[in-house]
Amino acid sequence: MSENKCLLQVENLNVYYGSIHAIKGVSFQVNEGEIVTLIGANGAGKSTTLNTIAGLMKPKTGTVTFEGKVISGMTANRIVPLGMALCPEGRRIFQHMTVRENLEMGAYSRPKSEIEDSIAQVFERFPRLKERRRQIAGTLSGGEQQMLAMSRALMSKPKLMMLDEPSMGLAPILVDQIFDIIKELHASGTTILLVEQNARKALQIADRAYVLETGNITLSGTGTALASSEDVKKAYLGG
Amino acid sequence: MTMFLSNLISGISLGSVYAIIALGYTMVYGIAKMLNFAHGDVIMVGAYICFCCLYNLGLPPAVGVLASMAVCTLLGILIERLAYKPLRQATSLAVLITAIGMSYFLQNLAQMIWGANPKSFQTVIPAGSLTLMGGELKISYVSMVTIAASVVVMVALSLFVGRSKMGRAMRCVSEDKGAAQLMGVNVDLTISVTFAIGSALAAIAGVLMCSAYPTLKPTTGSMPGIKAFTAAVFGGIGSIPGAMVGGILLGVIEILGRAYVSSELGDAFVFAVLILVLLVRPTGLLGKKIQEKV
Repeated sequence: MSENKCLLQVENLNVYYGSIHAIKGVSFQVNEGEIVTLIGANGAGKSTTLNTIAGLMKPKTGTVTFEGKVISGMTANRIVPLGMALCPEGRRIFQHMTVRENLEMGAYSRPKSEIEDSIAQVFERFPRLKERRRQIAGTLSGGEQQMLAMSRALMSKPKLMMLDEPSMGLAPILVDQIFDIIKELHASGTTILLVEQNARKALQIADRAYVLETGNITLSGTGTALASSEDVKKAYLGG
Repeated sequence: MTMFLSNLISGISLGSVYAIIALGYTMVYGIAKMLNFAHGDVIMVGAYICFCCLYNLGLPPAVGVLASMAVCTLLGILIERLAYKPLRQATSLAVLITAIGMSYFLQNLAQMIWGANPKSFQTVIPAGSLTLMGGELKISYVSMVTIAASVVVMVALSLFVGRSKMGRAMRCVSEDKGAAQLMGVNVDLTISVTFAIGSALAAIAGVLMCSAYPTLKPTTGSMPGIKAFTAAVFGGIGSIPGAMVGGILLGVIEILGRAYVSSELGDAFVFAVLILVLLVRPTGLLGKKIQEKV
């Protein structure tokens, strides 16, 4: 555990879909410089938690504090400029736009003069995207789309990057690549909040982890501690 | 031959008006995913405002056009804020019925203010025509101005949507509202701007249309509104070039149908063509269809 200051604090968050109580009093925090992962089964509320933090959904009660500022209740477009990005589940890149246009959209809230540099950095990291910069994003392969989605989120220069199921639907070799990218991002100073089905890999790279079950946090600890916990092994790591 | 050319030009001219109206339908559909059936009535309001400026206030035509654009822009934003925004999460049927209600509301409001008797619209475009081919082919100034105005509108709108920051935000919102928000796009503002632009275009269409067909009454907007909606579906609803192509084709089909087949069935042709196109291409002529990759 680091002594770094708290970047994101979620306190007693309650979220409803109509009458369904999806998130039941969830509290956790992410410190600066950490990789924190939320693991849990389908429908446990992982994506709902991230979407609520990002401002796509409104909590019924509870607060989300980012760098000491209460952001719960703010819409997503006002949260992004504060330095938080969400790379959403299912990638959700703009299918009808070119690769480059997608990247430019990622920097929507930044001054135009800074965009070129960031695009150059992305192209350096992902030469594949540079080759395909004029291509319509919907025609990219699944792995390329995930890289584009992550790069697009990076274009806002986030302090906190939230990733929702970045390895979903990808071949094992691509999954390794995605996790390498996450480690690289972390090494370059970005704090990461990661939601993953692939609990084994997520726990391997995480400083700390929380287990979410039907809207409640049932376990928490360091990545290695949880990876060796019997309960976690049974439920999420296949025995 | 000259007869055909002359018909073709009136068709393109009428179609240009349809295209300008269809742009409003298609942009709003693309971004707010709703059919704004009150759009046709904004055309009528635009024409009345211009009428008042010219006839009651004696202002020059250019001022009349600008005033009508300004009023319609505000009206469009107001309609969206008051009637549609509270229903953002409601079922599409609720929104559709609200739009139809808004359409009747505008018609009745116009009837209250200006009366049910048709007004004779004072054209903003000088009467007369350009004579070509040794006096055989006449093109009215109204047709020429209408076609020119629609070209300007289309080029300007394409540039705006394709190049400007707001235009790009609009395309993102039309594709995925949530993802657009995650980029920092203000979705409410984008929707307001869309309604504003659509309604300003409706004002232009209203003035152009009433310059060519100078009878103005509270229901003036409904038929062109429905035809322009047809044009938008014909071209592929949600697609801006589709609305342009659909509008112009529809105008040409209507006029040629009236001239060569039956003058009574002109409107029926328009809808028959729509049915045929939708049977062959359900997404319309230029409707988008990209296979999603997983």
